[in-house]
Parts: sequence; structure tokens; C-alpha cells
Amino acid sequence: MSAPFATAVGTAAAVRLGERTARQVVEEVLARVGVREGEIHAFNTVLAGDARAAADALDQRIARGEDPGPLAGVPVALKDNLCTRGVPTTCSSRILEGWKPPYDATVVERLAGAGAVVVGKTNLDEFAMGSSTENSAFGPTRNPLDTTRVPGGSSGGSAAAVAAGFAPLALGSDTGGSIRQPAAFCGVVGVKPTYGAVSRYGLVAFASSLDQIGPFAATVADAALLLEVIAGHDPMDSTSNPGPAAPISARLGDGVEGLRVGIVRELVKGVDADVEARVREAADALAGAGAKVDEVSLPTVVHGLAAYYLIAPAEASSNLARYDGVRYGLRVDGTDVAAMNAATRGAGFGAEVKRRIMLGTYALSAGYYDAYYGQAQRVRTLIIRDFDAAYEDFDVLVSPTAPTTAFTLGAKTSDPLAMYMSDVCTIPSNLAGHPAMTLPYGTGDDGLPVGVQVMAPALGEPVMFRVAAVLEASRG
Amino acid sequence: MPDRITTADVAHVAQLARLDLTEAELERLVVDLGAVLDHAAGVAALDTAGVPPTAHPLPLQNVLRPDEVRPSLDRDEVLAMAPQAEDNRFRVPSILGDGP
Repeated sequence: MSAPFATAVGTAAAVRLGERTARQVVEEVLARVGVREGEIHAFNTVLAGDARAAADALDQRIARGEDPGPLAGVPVALKDNLCTRGVPTTCSSRILEGWKPPYDATVVERLAGAGAVVVGKTNLDEFAMGSSTENSAFGPTRNPLDTTRVPGGSSGGSAAAVAAGFAPLALGSDTGGSIRQPAAFCGVVGVKPTYGAVSRYGLVAFASSLDQIGPFAATVADAALLLEVIAGHDPMDSTSNPGPAAPISARLGDGVEGLRVGIVRELVKGVDADVEARVREAADALAGAGAKVDEVSLPTVVHGLAAYYLIAPAEASSNLARYDGVRYGLRVDGTDVAAMNAATRGAGFGAEVKRRIMLGTYALSAGYYDAYYGQAQRVRTLIIRDFDAAYEDFDVLVSPTAPTTAFTLGAKTSDPLAMYMSDVCTIPSNLAGHPAMTLPYGTGDDGLPVGVQVMAPALGEPVMFRVAAVLEASRG
Repeated sequence: MPDRITTADVAHVAQLARLDLTEAELERLVVDLGAVLDHAAGVAALDTAGVPPTAHPLPLQNVLRPDEVRPSLDRDEVLAMAPQAEDNRFRVPSILGDGP
């Protein structure tokens, strides 16, 4: 794999062996930030001083002979909806501008424990609601591969940071595709782990039954290393998986001989012809490596998008009730508490967040609950049954990650439904709680990267990564 | 299938959501919510008789921790982030209107 920048695996090894200092590594990425951040706007906050201090402390520990951890000196960018103690965590919203969390997210603690160096907080669609990072209160992020294009979203800043070499690793959150779609648009690897594999403690909640934190990286091996650091049980998240996290890196080279790979017919149909062509080539590559590849039908996944846009807004309308001007963030005064609440929320939330709160409140309101929210939950069951049936015959499923390559800024901002369609291939895995990942596989007619998605049943990360590793190697 | 969403519906929902909206936002939401709900019509029309709802992808049960006293968030650090605080509490405007 010919990554344009140093990999996380290589950097950690070099720092551990004393071939490079963590400070040198940080200076290198900060220099790239200095050159290109102005045009890309990947970050809401660049933590240059904190990163240098963390790197120096790490170098001192290494000099004393201490074990610096598996991510020794590796720069990491954090989506700005992950809580960092004493460091602004805005969710790219005016309603949280200036808020400094009084605690660290569990993933942030684990990164520090593994020797990683946080270089900044990345831009996102406000409260992770969007597919282009254009819904940020602080302005859009641009795609480093073509700055007239969006980086995807909602974790567009994290995807752009990795693509631009601002950090070899980044964390995002994926509720309906918010890691995988921007990773595909920016030509990097993005992983949504099994629901419950990574603690959500300290992730600002959007839709709690769907949200999951996951890695961005330039290579499959780097993504595996990061996932192994952040995965595992956390008593602070009651939905966290109690069992031990399965090793991934150790099995990366096991190949796909004899594996059964299903190409999901409904998720290939309707995507751009150049995107479909790359997915077919990926399928051929897996067959060439010894997998048994066949098409499979999951008839109800075509309803995934519509079900998601009832379930996710419903959960969001409940989760975002906490932004009431009382305990943190913005307050706009009113004559009484209710007026203050409504004025604060009216001034603090952007258009897309308002749209989702309204949609969710409507779908949950008296008279509509069963027709919309209840029905969407029953369709969610049907989609899970389709996956379960498919996984009786297949070990992994493959599809496009997004129906198109990265679109131009402004192309979909006036049509919410057109924007939502960008997540049509990624949403089903969130509804099922299953792991799914994307890796770049060739380019479209416009020269921009195409993402191929690999999906697996719950806790199937080891086999999913094996398939991704074979695809990565087959790109030549 | 529920009726088409109206301006009055949107205004009512905004009140439920404690969300001040301008007239322009209100009118725009009638259109946008209508479009998303039209798209959801296919879901609303599916025959799901006998299908149980899924609220969550995991078979969840209550998780209890031992009832032991542990340190919590630092009070001063938390209150420092409040729009208004007084005597170790969050201060808000009146809740019940004018007092006696």
C-alpha cells in the first residue's frame, strides 16, 4: 500500500524504537496543517500547544525506558462531538460554542493511555446531522482531493484530516454512515464497529440506538490498530459489550480462501455506473483470491432510508431536549423558563438540526406514533431478519459505500431528501447494529475515489477486516 | 396513512419541541417535513402485522453497578459552564410567573 504519508503502524514502531521522537512526528503534521488547513478547514480547534506538550512528555517517558503504548507518538484527530476535558467541544453548533466538558470521553482516555497525541477537534455537520459537513455553524470543510467538493459527512473534518495528512488516524461517529460515507469521499478507510463494541461514554448523543464511534485511517492495518485500542467493555456505557474485544490485527493476513461473499443486489442497483463498476471489480478480486462470490437479495433494505429518517430524528428530538439553556452552552433570555428554553433553542440550533427535531417530535407525537415511529421500528426488525437470512449463506456482504463520488459544495443543500439519499447504502448496518467498513477502490469517471463497503454480522470485525485487507492488496 | 402535514401542525410541534421558529422557517418546514413524510409513505404502507418492533439492536437488560460512593464530576467545574449559577445551583428565570 502506497500511502502518501507515514502510517500509524510505522510511526508507532519508529517512536517505540527511538528512531523518531514523538515531537518530530507532531511537528511534521502541524507543518502540513499550517500549509493546507486554511483552504480545507478540517478543524474547529487545532491543539498545537497541547500536542507538543503531550509529545514531549511521551518522549521523556520513552527516555526513562517506559512502555509508551501501541500508538506511541501517533497524532490523532477527534471529531468535535467527543468530549475532551477543558477543551471546547462544540458539535459545530452555536448552542455549545465555548463549552468545555468537565470530563474526557472513554475513547479519549484510551487514546492517551496508548500513547496517541491528540492534534485537534474536527469539524462536523451540526450534532452529526448531515452528509456533507456543510451544516456546520463554523463553515464547511472542503475535500482535500478537490476543494470544490464536499468531504462527505457528518465526520467530514476527520476524513479530510486523514486525507490531507494532518493526522494518520482520526475518530468519528457513525449513526447512519457518518464515518463510512466521508471516508469514501476522501479516499480513506472508515469503520463503523458493531454496536456496543466501543464505549459511547463522552460521545455527544444523536440517536443512541444507532450511534457508534469508529476509526478513520489511510490503511486497513492502521484502522485495525486504532479499533483495538478503543474497543472493549466500559462500565460507564451500559450498552457496552461485556465480552473481550476480538483481536483483529493478528488475523489481518489470513486471506479469504473459501469465504462466502454476497454482493447486495438492492444496494448496487441505482448507484452511479462508475461506482457499480468498481464494486464489481472488487468482487472479482475477492473471487480471484479464493472467495465464493454470489449476489444476494435483502428485499427490505430498500426501506432502510425511510425507516432511519423516522427513528433517528425521533431519538434525536429526545436527546437534544437537554440543550435548554440551563446547565451549559447558550442561553437567550425569556420571561419565564419555557420562553427561555424556546428562545435559546431557536437561536442556537441550525436549520438541519431544527428539521430533525421537528420531524422526530412529529413522529413521536400523539396520533402519529404508531403510524411512523412504531412502523419504522417494525421495519427495522424486517431488515435485521433479512441480514440474518443472508448471513446463513454468506460470511460477509459487499456493496458500494455511497451511490456517488464526492459531490460539489452546495449541490444538495436546498434539497434535504437528496442529501439523505447519500446514506442509502450505509444506513442498513446501523439499523442492524452490525459492523461495516469502507475502503477506497479505484476512482470514478471524475477521478475521485470510490468506496467499497464490507459488512459483517455482529462482532464480525475480524473477518470483515480480513476481506478489506485482501481488497486493499488487490488494488496494486 | 396520516393526513398531509399543515402549517398548524408544524406550529404545534414546534411548541412541543420548545423551539422558536420564524415565519419563514415555519413555512420551509411544512415543505421539508412533507417531503420526508411522503418518502416515509412506503414504510407506513408496509404490512407488518405480527412483526415485533426493534427499539435497540442489542438484547438489553438493566445494568446495575455496585452501590458504592465514588467521586463525581467536580461541582465548580460543572457550574463554571452554566449560563448562570448561584449558591452552588443553576439559576433560571421564574418558572411559575410572578410570585406572591
